[in-house]
Amino acid sequence: MKWDEFFVTGDPLIYGAMVSIVLVSLAILFGLTYYKKWGYLWREWLTTVDHKKIGVMYIICALLMLFRGGVDALLMRAQTAAPEMKFLDAQHYNEIFTTHGVIMILFMAMPFIFGLMNVIVPLQIGARDVAFPKLNAISFWLFFAGAMLFNISFIIGGSPDAGWSAYFPLASIEFSPTVGNNYYSLSLQISGIGTLLTGVNFIVTILKMRAPGMTLMRMPMFTWSVLITCLIIIFAFPVLTIALLLMMFDRLFGSQFFTMANGGMDMLWANLFWVWGHPEVYIVILPAFGIFSEIISTFARKNLYGYTSMVMSMVVISALSFLVWAHHFYTMGQGAMVNGFFSITTMAIAVPTGVKIFNWLFTLHKGRISFTTPMLYSLAFIPIFTIGGVTGVMLAMASADYQYHNTMFLVAHFHYVLIPGAVFAVIAGFHYWFPKVFGFRLNERLGKMAFWFIAISFNVTFFPMFFLGLQGMTRRTYTYSEETGFGPLNLLSMIGAIGLAIGFILLVYNIYWSTRYQPRDKTGDPWDARALEWSTPSPVPVYNFAVTPKVKGRDAFWFAKKNNEPLSDEKITKIHMPSNTGKPFVLGVAFFFLGFFLVFSWWTPSIIAGIAVLIILATMSFERDHGYYIPAEEIVQTEQKLRGDTV
Amino acid sequence: MLKQLFPIKHVAGYISSLVLSAVALVVLLDMPFASKMAILVVTAVLQASVQLVLFMHAGESEDKKSVYINIAYALFVGLVTIFGTLFIFVWGWYS
Repeated sequence: MKWDEFFVTGDPLIYGAMVSIVLVSLAILFGLTYYKKWGYLWREWLTTVDHKKIGVMYIICALLMLFRGGVDALLMRAQTAAPEMKFLDAQHYNEIFTTHGVIMILFMAMPFIFGLMNVIVPLQIGARDVAFPKLNAISFWLFFAGAMLFNISFIIGGSPDAGWSAYFPLASIEFSPTVGNNYYSLSLQISGIGTLLTGVNFIVTILKMRAPGMTLMRMPMFTWSVLITCLIIIFAFPVLTIALLLMMFDRLFGSQFFTMANGGMDMLWANLFWVWGHPEVYIVILPAFGIFSEIISTFARKNLYGYTSMVMSMVVISALSFLVWAHHFYTMGQGAMVNGFFSITTMAIAVPTGVKIFNWLFTLHKGRISFTTPMLYSLAFIPIFTIGGVTGVMLAMASADYQYHNTMFLVAHFHYVLIPGAVFAVIAGFHYWFPKVFGFRLNERLGKMAFWFIAISFNVTFFPMFFLGLQGMTRRTYTYSEETGFGPLNLLSMIGAIGLAIGFILLVYNIYWSTRYQPRDKTGDPWDARALEWSTPSPVPVYNFAVTPKVKGRDAFWFAKKNNEPLSDEKITKIHMPSNTGKPFVLGVAFFFLGFFLVFSWWTPSIIAGIAVLIILATMSFERDHGYYIPAEEIVQTEQKLRGDTV
Repeated sequence: MLKQLFPIKHVAGYISSLVLSAVALVVLLDMPFASKMAILVVTAVLQASVQLVLFMHAGESEDKKSVYINIAYALFVGLVTIFGTLFIFVWGWYS
């Protein structure tokens, strides 16, 4: 292989990206050396098993990926802003919409949600960490290895270009001969292992590590939503694992699972992809429902309306999510009987979702609502998500879907579901729980400015797409002629995209500004909230709870505050904690190289990297680590320092 | 004493899983499709139960209810995937 095949050449945008990657990497290396932070980075972050720090790392990665995917989105909008644009060529456009989709779903929304659940779930159930802290670090580093592998594809070897759904036969070696789709199968496989482990880890954590008195039906709604989400993860992700494995065999070893000859079946890829892909939508959205439930009940100053029906509706959604996948390919050739069945199951999902919407509205009803930034996102979510849901029911009607299948109408629909449903939720959760992790709130004025930019620009960007789709503009077209009349609405959409970019820049500026100037919170409970995580001091000490709380009902912390009763009357004793380990990080590095060598079919290095992975796994299995104890005096001191009073 | 130390269940499970794998190979012989499928389904179900009960200790802990619910859910998803795929591509295919 020659060097000009290894690196992507010929595009000034990509040269610019290469230069900036080199400059930023040099700046980071220089900064770490100059400020002598290598030891700090290794001790406090790379080897950590603390669920809060792992959560923070997930969220930092998610924010970076939000900008990577956001730049992709801006490039796409710029290319289609006017007819016959010459900004990007067709191949580059294909690569960009593919990476935009993959990154936003798998490397932005998922890690953001995983970050929030890592930080919050153990705190909400009164636990000191997750059930398997080391496994949790492995999950993170595998996700990180997969994400980095996927991200280098655009300068080394070329990005995948067959859409985020990578349909066969287009994604086969015959029609996509570059290494792009090898990156797709391998990076998703590696980060998928991490996701699966997270699913197992959090199910065990939630089922086994709840504080005394916290029965399942007393858990905060966010914890419930994470439990259901993890159940969906462990049943949906194996399907993706197998599909990606078959894809890898097809592309690297010449097998014929998804080809059109020799007994292969290309449509089986679409089938397996969506058997995973539809539950995946709920993996992203159910935690969001949990976040909104927490925020709405906190800022309406009321307990959540219809707790039991909230839980039941999530259980029903999780079951239905496995019964609807064929609605992604109504036009593939199955008969009216099949399409009719999947239409009905799809529309049925609107029922439990509707129950949840009404529950939120009833929670707001007669509440004393305070319009904080997280609450604004939650309130904007309700109407915008409802538009997304209603257009979803329109798409669910198979016969009507033949009209707008794979048009911009669909693109508008899923952005109307995923942006309020996932992005608004994680940003709302980010603002809401930020003081818990860092000890100060984000600035409200900047936060609200960013909110209005994002909420308004979102509608300006995506509402025109409904009309473009109904007029017949198909998705994934890189240009169009002036006679189509698609120009003005696309230009409007471009203007909205710029507004969205400004909103997200404001959001990041707010983090910078607040870090420097926001007053520090000493109470640990700046929002006057309800669940157990707010009973700890902020920032949360490494052991979370000095004494394990005793739970007497729902909203335990709220009633402890109201009745002026302490959550526990036990004395502080020494606390057992897991010790740090560098092996998960090393494992992630080994997996990265294994994936990278396999992408280029470099067999000898792949085998060496594979053996390295096995050796690391073996040493981890035989490792004996009993953790360490924090003495009681040290805990008393820490509590006094953080709370500013005597315990 | 020796009886208590000897892991009889695990050895039995190990041997029976080997035997079941060997029995499944019978389908390589010349026989009707229906009997091949019958052999595969029966051995697969037995194999799965051996793994779950003898090696993964389903039903031994006090919260066996949640383990059984989990297995039922796994069965639900697996069967829906298999029969849904057949429904789409074989029984319900437009022709």
